[in-house]
Amino acid sequence: MYNFDIAKPTTIADAVQALTADEAQPLSGGQTLIPTLKARLAMPSTLVSLHAIDEMKGVCMDDEGRLCIGGATTHATVMKEAEAHYPGLASLAARIGDPAVRNRGTIGGSIANNDPSACYPAGALGSGATICTNSREIAADDYFLGMFETALEEGEIVTEVKFPVPEKAHYEKFIQPASRFPLVAVFVAKFADGVRVAVTGASNNGVFRWTEAETALSSNFSADAVSNLKASADDMISDLHGSAEYRAHLIGVMTKRAVAAMS
Amino acid sequence: MPKDGGIGASSKRREDVRFLTGNGNYTDDINMRGQAYVHFLRSDVAHGTLTNVDVSAAADMPGVVQIFTGADFEAVGGMPCGWQVTDKHGEAMQEPKHPVLAHGKVRHVGEPIAAIVADTLAQARDAAEAIVVEIDELPAVINMKDAVKEGAPKVHDELTSNLCYDWGFVEENKGAVDEAFKNAAHVTTLELTNNRLVANPMEPRVAIGDYNRSDGEHTLYTTSQNPHVIRLLMGAFVLGIPEHKLRVVAPDVGGGFGTKIFHYQEEAFCTFAAKAINRPVKWTSTRSEAFISDAHGRDHVTKIQMALDADNNFTALRTDTYANMGAYLSTFAPSVPTWLHGTLMAGNYKTPLIYVNVKAVFTNTVPVDAYRGAGRPEATYQLERLVDKCAHELGVDPIALRRQNFITEFPYATPVAVEYDTGDYVATMDKLEEMADMAGFAARRAESEAKGKLRGFGVNCYIEACGIAPSNLVGQLGARAGLYESATVRVNATGGLVVMTGSHSHGQGHETSFAQVVAEMIGIDESMIDIVHGDTSKVPMGMGTYGSRSIAVGGSAMVRATEKIIAKAKKIASHLLEASEGDIELKDGAFSVAGTDKSVAWGDVTLAAYVPHNYPLDDIEPGLEETAFYDPSNFTYPSGAYSCEVELDPDTGHVTIERFAAADDFGNVINPMIVTGQVHGGLAQGIGQALMENCAYDDEGQLLSASYMDYAMPRASDLPMYDVDHSCQTPCTHNPLGVKGCGEAGAIGSPPSVVNAVLDAMRSGGFDVPHMDMPVSPQRVWAAMHGGAEAAAKVGVTASNAKPNA
Repeated sequence: MYNFDIAKPTTIADAVQALTADEAQPLSGGQTLIPTLKARLAMPSTLVSLHAIDEMKGVCMDDEGRLCIGGATTHATVMKEAEAHYPGLASLAARIGDPAVRNRGTIGGSIANNDPSACYPAGALGSGATICTNSREIAADDYFLGMFETALEEGEIVTEVKFPVPEKAHYEKFIQPASRFPLVAVFVAKFADGVRVAVTGASNNGVFRWTEAETALSSNFSADAVSNLKASADDMISDLHGSAEYRAHLIGVMTKRAVAAMS
Repeated sequence: MPKDGGIGASSKRREDVRFLTGNGNYTDDINMRGQAYVHFLRSDVAHGTLTNVDVSAAADMPGVVQIFTGADFEAVGGMPCGWQVTDKHGEAMQEPKHPVLAHGKVRHVGEPIAAIVADTLAQARDAAEAIVVEIDELPAVINMKDAVKEGAPKVHDELTSNLCYDWGFVEENKGAVDEAFKNAAHVTTLELTNNRLVANPMEPRVAIGDYNRSDGEHTLYTTSQNPHVIRLLMGAFVLGIPEHKLRVVAPDVGGGFGTKIFHYQEEAFCTFAAKAINRPVKWTSTRSEAFISDAHGRDHVTKIQMALDADNNFTALRTDTYANMGAYLSTFAPSVPTWLHGTLMAGNYKTPLIYVNVKAVFTNTVPVDAYRGAGRPEATYQLERLVDKCAHELGVDPIALRRQNFITEFPYATPVAVEYDTGDYVATMDKLEEMADMAGFAARRAESEAKGKLRGFGVNCYIEACGIAPSNLVGQLGARAGLYESATVRVNATGGLVVMTGSHSHGQGHETSFAQVVAEMIGIDESMIDIVHGDTSKVPMGMGTYGSRSIAVGGSAMVRATEKIIAKAKKIASHLLEASEGDIELKDGAFSVAGTDKSVAWGDVTLAAYVPHNYPLDDIEPGLEETAFYDPSNFTYPSGAYSCEVELDPDTGHVTIERFAAADDFGNVINPMIVTGQVHGGLAQGIGQALMENCAYDDEGQLLSASYMDYAMPRASDLPMYDVDHSCQTPCTHNPLGVKGCGEAGAIGSPPSVVNAVLDAMRSGGFDVPHMDMPVSPQRVWAAMHGGAEAAAKVGVTASNAKPNA
């Protein structure tokens, strides 16, 4: 780790101000950033901790029936407090990492980092969530741009994520045996007006929607509707743990299982 | 009725009080006054010529005390190799120089180039970034087949090739073996890899060097399984420090699994640098460093063949193995694929003719050496996979084929130079069949199939050789060390004992089980005995702990020393009791005169030894302290039969272990609970190798599995509740305790049954795949089910584990 200054703002406005400093970087739960710093792979001059910003914490329902989760809310909190409102998402949060990760890691941190194997991007994209920042609101479809790439500008903070609550949803995850991140995971959400299917862990472009499956499931929400669908292996990640073909195959299996779990 | 103390009792592990309450004293817990910290700048390329290492800017950085490079070590010796193998032509193996810090060339990613000593670790790391290292990259040799090709880039320019040795065993038998294959009714052939592993003890390595100018004494605190061996190797071969001026302390050590046997550069560096800068120097490995600097394990590629007659009797076995040595010879590396592997190839079977060929190869990878089992898992895996393949080719029951070929008469001289003293392979297999509930398997399989899953059952036997010995024999085989053990038993005036053993406990529970033995012999409470280990200034000599040797060799030394104590105590007692020495009996901590009610307590005798007012001073010296060295006459041969039941998800290829049974014969057992724990740990590592662990390099010599993000360690949730039994006991005939050793059995015995079970599950689903290499990962299983063995063979294959013949 290199030396850095740390700022601990208590309001979003102060955090945004602090992030205008040269080489400043926001620190949320630190589950990715701290190991990166320890390995000396990042050299921020100032870390702006979002940990003390109360207005970025908590889980509630808004007037439009959306589940709103503050950007600095931990997975453990979502696991508990979202259960009554959006069990499919609470279950996703409950299966991220291990208890230590869930007690520190936050939804804002996960979505801002957009690791191609992270769980939350699938939940957000699969739900058609709205990503709220200190300056604007971004639809999930416009937010996730690629592996570790998002629509966030320099110094922009994810303050809240608003989830439309589907009729039902299920997150089916097949873990990479070493990291226990998803090797492939699929989030399927059934809304009154259609089905969304988001896939994480699989693509070189990060989280994506499997539109063929969405179309099939929107007209017939059953495992059979997707049993003959094959995801394309083009642009899938190929590494020590799974070839592109294997990942493409798992997309089908996980989708089918997610739907079966809701039937 | 279980005993509540002594031999055979499941005494609670006394060391766990400190380990479980955070009061252990590990090397990193030790901090010396004024200590400096060293950070090693390591090569990030696998092979290249060092054209420039400029430390001038770094030397001026804040807090930097001194920066060392390879040039600073030209005057000292290199890292020694402790075993010289003679090849099939009678020539000595090729033995390259192994510098403390790279000099001239770098030969693997992770090799230390410079050592930066500073007031703080952060300052040392900062300065490391200011060092200018220029390397002319050379083509790396990663795959063993490529490495031995004509014209391949050489890892060591001074050697004739990358072949360390070409070993034939027993070379004189080769003709007869080949002849038997010509006459065989059936030949089964199997090509396989034994995947490279990273040991991953929970505690990474640590070294602290200290030097006392006033008396010229060096002290090294280190995470070692054998501090005396480090003292000898480092003192005599690297730094030229006489043993009386070098103390090596290995305090609490958090797991070794073999990788802490060896003498490492960092130990030599810290010892050397402490004197150079006249301050203690501390190094603590990060987990990332451990992946690229701890010796790796396994990494064999083998073609094995069995010849059978028309009645399915094994008539001959031959095996050709390429064994990866990595870039340098780690301390005992040459012995692993030879004497710890070739000698085990008979397994549990009376195959009359065996020939083993091993080509040890240098590559631009981290050195490979012993890892839990060391050579014996490689032998067991290939043999037990082969026997299973034989059974399926012949359409016979795999257990029946094994039983038919079991060795049943002991002692048994194998065609690979060792003699098994005892064993009962039928008994362990009988026990296993009972534990495995084979009658219930069909119903369990049906239950799995009803869920859309496949279920498979696999079995294997194993034979182990522990307590490598005797010293005069291993000397002929190339060992540059003796393989005895020592113990000193010191009795205090008030009757308590301290046993100083050359064995080292780094998780095995010696402090408990060794005390049980002495308590049993004298008939006193275990709490009266303390076990001291891990400090060359306290223990006279020691060869350390590895190869499941501690109770068989170290325990035997302790028994011999205790026998001497008892003999002298009887003399004292006979004087006190005014009786003839021959009439004195020791029972339950009291000496009595046979046939009388006259007796004297243990404490009265020990007090007399130190307060010799009423004492036979003309006949014997005061005091009660004895030392014994024990050099075994043979290896010990634990054996067993293991079974594994898996459930396989055909949609994903994911395998779960549903049941695992282990029936072991360890001879006599000192503490059944500790033995069970040792088997559990071994099984976790064996199952980890079979299902998950894979140390893989790319073709440029970069380690692909260099952290826990990519190196899959087994976790509790990956493992079943084991069914472990060690009630089959054929005591060792040649050591005083009748013990055989149990530390490695689980890791040796489990991989074949896991793979056998997975293949069985696949066959039950109509996927007849003759072999899959470990780790039997989900993607490999899936590939095998969709494209057969050929497709599976391409999965997860990188430059380092591609088969030489592929």
